Amino acid sequence: MKVPLSWLKDYVDITVSPEELAHRLTMAGTEVEKIERTADWDNVVVGHVRAVNPHPNADRLTLVTVFNGEEEVEVVCGAPNVAEGQTIAYASVGAVLRDAYSDDPEATRRLKKSKIRGVESQGMVCSEKELGLSDEHEGILELQTEAAPGTPLGEVLGDTVLEAELTPNRPDCLGLVGIAREVAVLTGQELRLPPLDYSDEAPEAGSLASVRIDDPDLCPRYTGAVIRGVKIGPSPAWLADRIRAIGERPINNIVDVTNYVMFELGQPLHAFDYDRVKDHEVIVRRAKPGEKIVTLDGEERKLDEEMLLIADPEKGIGLAGVMGGANSEIDGATTNVFLESATFNGSNNRRTSSVLGLRSQATIRFEKGLRSGLSEVALRRATRLILEVAGGTAAEGIIDAHPGKDAEQQTVSLSREKLDRVIGTSFADEKVTSTLSALGFEVSSAGDGWEAQIPFWRPDVTIPEDLIEEIARIVGYDEIPVTPPAGRVPSWQPRPEIGVRHRVSDALVRAGMQEIISYSATNETNEQRVPLQNGALESVRLMNPISTDHAVMRRSLRESLLNAVERNLRTWRGPVALFEAGHVFGSAGEGLPDEKVMVAGAFAGLSAEASWTTQAKQADFYDAKGAVEQLLAELHAEGEFTAAEDPALVPGRTAVITVPLAGGVQLGVVGEVRPEVLEVFDIEVPVAMFELELDALLSVTKAVAPADIYSPIVRYQDSERDLALLVDRSVTAAEIVAIARKNRLVTSATVFDVFEGKGLPEGKKSLAVRIVYQSPNRTLTADELTKSESAILRALEQQLGATLRG
Amino acid sequence: MTSTASEDPISALRTEAVEQLSAADSADALESWRVEFLGRKGKLTGILRNLGSLKPDQRRAAGAAANRLKGELEAAFEEKLTASKRSGASQPADAIDVTLPGRRPRAGGLHPSTQIMREMLDAFNEMGFQTVEGNEVELERYNFDMLNIPADHPARDMQDTIWIDRDRDSADGGILLRTQTSPMQPRIMEQQDPPVRIVSPGKCFRFEATDATHEWQFHQIEGLAVDEGLSFADLKGTLYEFARRIFGADRKVRFRCDFFPFVEPGVDMSIDWDGRWVEILGAGMVHPRVLSNVGYDPEKYTGFAFGVGPERVALLKYGIEDIRHFFSNDLRFLSQF
Repeated sequence: MKVPLSWLKDYVDITVSPEELAHRLTMAGTEVEKIERTADWDNVVVGHVRAVNPHPNADRLTLVTVFNGEEEVEVVCGAPNVAEGQTIAYASVGAVLRDAYSDDPEATRRLKKSKIRGVESQGMVCSEKELGLSDEHEGILELQTEAAPGTPLGEVLGDTVLEAELTPNRPDCLGLVGIAREVAVLTGQELRLPPLDYSDEAPEAGSLASVRIDDPDLCPRYTGAVIRGVKIGPSPAWLADRIRAIGERPINNIVDVTNYVMFELGQPLHAFDYDRVKDHEVIVRRAKPGEKIVTLDGEERKLDEEMLLIADPEKGIGLAGVMGGANSEIDGATTNVFLESATFNGSNNRRTSSVLGLRSQATIRFEKGLRSGLSEVALRRATRLILEVAGGTAAEGIIDAHPGKDAEQQTVSLSREKLDRVIGTSFADEKVTSTLSALGFEVSSAGDGWEAQIPFWRPDVTIPEDLIEEIARIVGYDEIPVTPPAGRVPSWQPRPEIGVRHRVSDALVRAGMQEIISYSATNETNEQRVPLQNGALESVRLMNPISTDHAVMRRSLRESLLNAVERNLRTWRGPVALFEAGHVFGSAGEGLPDEKVMVAGAFAGLSAEASWTTQAKQADFYDAKGAVEQLLAELHAEGEFTAAEDPALVPGRTAVITVPLAGGVQLGVVGEVRPEVLEVFDIEVPVAMFELELDALLSVTKAVAPADIYSPIVRYQDSERDLALLVDRSVTAAEIVAIARKNRLVTSATVFDVFEGKGLPEGKKSLAVRIVYQSPNRTLTADELTKSESAILRALEQQLGATLRG
Repeated sequence: MTSTASEDPISALRTEAVEQLSAADSADALESWRVEFLGRKGKLTGILRNLGSLKPDQRRAAGAAANRLKGELEAAFEEKLTASKRSGASQPADAIDVTLPGRRPRAGGLHPSTQIMREMLDAFNEMGFQTVEGNEVELERYNFDMLNIPADHPARDMQDTIWIDRDRDSADGGILLRTQTSPMQPRIMEQQDPPVRIVSPGKCFRFEATDATHEWQFHQIEGLAVDEGLSFADLKGTLYEFARRIFGADRKVRFRCDFFPFVEPGVDMSIDWDGRWVEILGAGMVHPRVLSNVGYDPEKYTGFAFGVGPERVALLKYGIEDIRHFFSNDLRFLSQF
């Protein structure tokens, strides 16, 4: 909200700089985002128009003689409204003005000496737009000032405007009086409320019009006034200027007054043409289903039964608290006005405006739940101003329908004990009462504490804690001490899933992978570019996605991972090894979707860069598997990799991972991505990936007891022997290792070389296995070693048809 | 004879100097060679000084020859000096090039959001706040209603919402992408009695146009402490400690009044960043309605809550110009942290 200080000064003396004022308001809760000065015009002064003559070469232009305080100058002007005797804003050469013809509203240009249609123009007579005051550029700005020609314009029109960002709990500060009250309290000044009194004349308002509230739940109070014999016209300059200063457009004197009072007091009002209200009878009721009304903006609105309507006995004449109806609008022919100042239910008002997409200055205020005390004050203020700017006679008294009179909460109690307990310190009694009183609360002592009467402009204050905030923010948060947190530290609750996620991420980082974080929502069609594992759940669809690229919640990490691979292959020279640990989603029918954490990673292109000491290497299955092994090693577990199928992964180069130690729980899958999938992603290099479930990894950590991790160091020497075996191609390394490890003297068995092809029989391969033997209680003899080795070899022969390679 | 005699000293000097330079085999020897031949009182200077005694035409020719010699000797000296430095007289024959790149284990890295979240969580963990995590898809009831943000309340404007099912007819209300990590407040309080002290990191989502400073997806860390006797002063103490950890002990911090529906009084903590106050954390004393909503007695218990955005903090700390880098998965960005 714009806060012009020139206007604010009506209600409070400003005794500090705008910067200091902004600081104090901000600290107390009304954040001032910027301080704008409208007075920084150089080379623009007050001028008098001494003569207006036709331009010799152009019909639409005139030659204006301007007295600028020193001399008469001749200016070429295109404005239709320039006239002799006017006081205007004269810009001399060098002035920097808004460029009225640019599309960019902030664009400026420096005024140069120039010839217009053959006549030299010594400067310019300015429009509001050129001065940056408004968008008005139809004519020049006529100044209402007694200031002498030559007076810098800034001294006449200059103002400082604070741009305040208001929080939704403070509708009072959507009126300048509310801001002024804050300023008064924060700077120790007196608040001056605007005058409300006016003289009225018989007959009584109640005899000229009536109000009936059919739905008091949505309208606790409706006040009305009748002003007859008004003269509709443009507002006087002071009013129009202020309407512009607050960022609105002047319309006519009546409408401008209703807007003025809204920006002054925070109460929206509406003026009806009295004579267009049938029987002068106003009915406040819910709309009938399908009922229609044409609002002031010319749109026909279809209403539902929850929308509150202002009607006469025949038709709707306004959408309560949202927008007036076109059929009862004030226009040039209006002579009698029915003025409405009412209190409408906040949530209902908000619902109506959001259903109809009609947010206005009125709804911004009503939706915050105004209290009914405000409506009468605003009604009287507006009536006074209408009489002042549009003449006419106010009917005696006001019409006041107030069914919600007793429903509003009147007082809030606050105990000293509670205040001290919440704040953590003790403010003096005097400070408490003086702060609340200054804010307009009527405070009285009540037991060990206070009772505060809530002023009508503070609907946000309903509980003791609200009063505590009022006291604390005005005294200043800086006055509250800083203490290390008191209270008990709760007993620690095991949350192993968080620890596992950390360990998994750390292990993958150590495996050379970079963590990525993708959006949790994706494009439905794009997601299908990579097949999911069978049994994947239905997508969770968003009702109002931010864009079609993020319209469904992702069901797996695969698509975002391959997207990231593709993007980085284009822009990154080094190896691309990425992983993500993130949530995936599947529809679970009613209620919250199924949501779980997956961990997926990919190696693409080079898994190692060429250097002076190593060869470049393309990523393949074993890079992805190595990362998984590293991850499992971090969890002190060993995985079993079994050939398997996956719709996205190359058959024969894909494995599922299980952990026998953890009851054979399946962790996920590892494999090389199918070429047809890579093609869809425009990836031209092989990609190997893995995808694991965090829950499964968690069950692995639960299965690993600390006692499983450590075994005592054996004092006796171990021995290492290699076997070179010839086996069928289909025999796996895991099978050979498993048989070797069954021997009780074997502590480890590792396949360290594989060879196929030349020199070997068709369908055979050669595997070299390194076997380590050790006994916990003696050094093994050569004889024992040979015996064990023979036994292993025999078992390999019998079970796998393996032979020793000669 | 006299004319050749005047050239002789120069060529003789050349021969002598070249011979002795090639014999110089240490840095010391090279330096004494330089002093002997090229020094201010050296032999070449001596010849140049004597030129004055010659006839003008001879003087010119001899001067040019002497200067040429000077250039030659200087160049030869520089070359010898560089060569001697390179060979490093003591280097063994099988020396390696120590400037070749080392074999560096390939380094991966954590995402910058993860890094900064871990840093923040560590700070809170050490103050007794335990980490808990929640779901990204949440019930309207936990995201809003339980947090004192009823439907049709203007406070909902502060958080434009992406819905999965808005019009669901259920006591839990609609289903949505959580707009904040605050739903963990009621969820945890429903599960346990005071004392409560938790921090909860995670992704949040808002229906918000993206630009260099706005993202529709972002992370947040929620914090909550509830017990008997917790006060605003404790809130300040906790958050000051956090700010010291994350931004350093010299950083200026301020607390100002702000509004969040689930706290009262409400606080915004800003830090001084190059003379500008930047809001980094919203906080406040837990609203009594939030406590009573989960069955805690607000007359007995008080508490404070806070929420901080790790990406916002990272933007400041590293001077990142565009928040959209965070979820772009671009190694050119990620590899820098």
